[in-house]
Amino acid sequence: MLPRKLSIKPRQSISVSQGQALKLGSQKYLKGASKRKEDDDSVEVGEGLDEWAQHKTLIKPLDQLELTEAELKEEFTRVLTANNPHAPQNIVRYSFKERTYKQISMVDQLAVHFSLEGHMLHKDSDEARRQRAKMGYVEETLPVEASVVEFEDIEEQLETTAESMEIDAVEPVEVIDVAAKGKKEQKLTNQFNFSERASQTYNNPSRDRGSQTKAPPRTTFSGSVNQWEIYDAYVKEIQLQEKAKEKQKPSTKKEETIRKKLVALEYQGDDLTRVSKSSKIVERMVNQNIFDDIAQDFKYFEDMSDEFRDQEGTLLPLWKFQHEKAKRLAVTAICWNPRYNDLFAVGHGSYDFLKQGQGMLLLYSMKNPSFPEFIFGTDSGIMCLDIHQEHPYILAVGFYDGNVAIYNLKKPSSHANYMSSSSAGKHTDPVWQVKWQKNDMDNNLNFYSLSSDGRVVSWTLIKNELVYTDIIHMTVEGTTTDKPEALRLHVIGCGTSFAFHKQKDYLFLVGTEEGKIHKCSKAYSSHFLETFNAHNMTVDAVRWNPFHLKIFVSCSSDWTVKIWDHTMSTPVFTFDLNAAVGDVAWAPYSSTVFAAVTTDGKVHVFDLSINKYEAICVQAVVAKKKTKPTHLEFNPIYPIIIIGDDRGQVTSLKLSPNLRKFPKEKKGQEVQRGPAYEIAKLDRLLNLVREPSSTETK
Amino acid sequence: MAEVEETLKRIQSHKGVVGLIVVNAEGIPIRTTLDNSTTVQYAGLLHQLSMKARSTVRDIDPQNDLTFLRIRSKKHEIMVAPDREYLLIVIQNPSE
Repeated sequence: MLPRKLSIKPRQSISVSQGQALKLGSQKYLKGASKRKEDDDSVEVGEGLDEWAQHKTLIKPLDQLELTEAELKEEFTRVLTANNPHAPQNIVRYSFKERTYKQISMVDQLAVHFSLEGHMLHKDSDEARRQRAKMGYVEETLPVEASVVEFEDIEEQLETTAESMEIDAVEPVEVIDVAAKGKKEQKLTNQFNFSERASQTYNNPSRDRGSQTKAPPRTTFSGSVNQWEIYDAYVKEIQLQEKAKEKQKPSTKKEETIRKKLVALEYQGDDLTRVSKSSKIVERMVNQNIFDDIAQDFKYFEDMSDEFRDQEGTLLPLWKFQHEKAKRLAVTAICWNPRYNDLFAVGHGSYDFLKQGQGMLLLYSMKNPSFPEFIFGTDSGIMCLDIHQEHPYILAVGFYDGNVAIYNLKKPSSHANYMSSSSAGKHTDPVWQVKWQKNDMDNNLNFYSLSSDGRVVSWTLIKNELVYTDIIHMTVEGTTTDKPEALRLHVIGCGTSFAFHKQKDYLFLVGTEEGKIHKCSKAYSSHFLETFNAHNMTVDAVRWNPFHLKIFVSCSSDWTVKIWDHTMSTPVFTFDLNAAVGDVAWAPYSSTVFAAVTTDGKVHVFDLSINKYEAICVQAVVAKKKTKPTHLEFNPIYPIIIIGDDRGQVTSLKLSPNLRKFPKEKKGQEVQRGPAYEIAKLDRLLNLVREPSSTETK
Repeated sequence: MAEVEETLKRIQSHKGVVGLIVVNAEGIPIRTTLDNSTTVQYAGLLHQLSMKARSTVRDIDPQNDLTFLRIRSKKHEIMVAPDREYLLIVIQNPSE
């Protein structure tokens, strides 16, 4: 045969799907199947493998499992699937339509394990025929020769055929040839014909565009910052935030606008208002410079001569307080402020009942002796006043015309904040004393007043109104029943002073014009618990001892000061001071020390523990002989007393060390101080006095 | 308002008080009892000094503030009371 090019299109290939491939290793079990494809090379090899494997069955790997007969016989069913386990499952392709990568769900499961191109071709197949056509003559001549041979055979058989016949016989061959040639020209259609077409387009030309703007304005800041400036900025920020919060609440808006208006008004006013606070400070400083020596004395001076004077003491005058407008008005009441120890209130009025006029309420500070801190003018003379213990800015004032009033220092006004009226139970005679009480059940402020009209009245501040309650109507006992009616005009007992017990709320003492002292209770309105026939003239002052709860002191115009035990009807001590006694006061630091002022211009200071019979200090305290000291008060903290006189002047005096003696410190002994010790001290004295008297009576 | 006026008058009338100046935040005197040149000198210098003093106090503790400044000299005592915006300066001769 002539060599010819064979292009065999259909491949002799074994394409086994993966399921079968798996079985390749185990084809020994599928002998039948493999035998069917005996002509296949791979199968032949597989058969060879088979034989080899059978040969080696006896040799077992060391780690092979030993299986029992039953286990070996056990059947395992295996299911074959047509899926390629190696087929990728996560192929993604970019989809231009959707502009995303999309997963390809359809994956080719075909796996090719072996392919071989064969070189044999079936003679009658299309491919063979095509090839024959391609080869042309060579192909055709062969059969022609064969036919010639055949023809010759036929000629031999027929012998009748002519030469022309030969040509004729040849002719169809030629025709076939021509036909073959025409076939050759026909283009083979390839169903897998693939054409690639491409075209190039122009790229869009790129273009740059730009524009220039004006540069943003720039300024250079510089400055040095302090820590406190940063702090201030933060505080301001916080305040703004708080304001913003407040603004959210609609209710506060109105208040704010009012406040703003007020602020605006303030600013419209004189600029000088802004220095109001500092001007006060400066005034005090100027005064401090002027009265520098006095301030030094107040703070540091202790009279050294006391040591050589044995027991007696002295009073060192310090500042004098006077106000021009109150020059002719007597000091009728003085009271220290319970909280601010440098501040005291002075009431001005007149004790001369023929020369009554206006009064004045002044509040002085020791820090500024030249001018009072507060000034209130009153229509009527002030007779008494008291500062509230818990609210040191609230003052109760009693007037000569029988009115009582409340002043609030926090609300600046030239008049009283609350005033009693003639329709609402005001006194008909001068009010001799007022005293704040503890707040009542509803927490209302209330105070008591005492007047010579014989009434003790409780005043309660309820909703901007003073509501009164009569506590006691005093009558002069014994006169009402056995005297004829005409004389009943004088039955009114004129109270001039009272004092409330420190612990027993209901208990209080009332001193009267007749010289009697009544022990009263708030519970009984017209009945006295006890009456002391204390003095022969008006009782000017009654005061409980601040330490010993049974003891009180009284003074009177009958020149005497008496000390009482309220359980006994006779005085414990009696002192004659040779002049009408205006006021008496216990010292806040000792149970045995008290001071009294007499109209002859003297102050008498007693210390019972040192001298039971005489004052340890008698000193004239007024400049002129005519002026009479009227009232006196101990400062609750500092060792000074203030004395008011009938010329409107208040003098402050420092007590020398002898007047405020404390027990000497002994080695190995604790210093005894405190209220318990003070009570004991006074008790010891009282026992000394009582025992001889009791033995005498026996 | 009138109260402040009275207080200022009182300060002026006190013993030994040489002069009183009220200075605003910018250091400009708005009220004085001294002559012009002395006032300007006092106001300018003391304003600076009190600002410096205040800064010192506040630098040490920002919550603190200067309330009063007293300068004791051989001849005088100068008292400076800084209020919110204003400065009250009083010159006193304490030995008088």
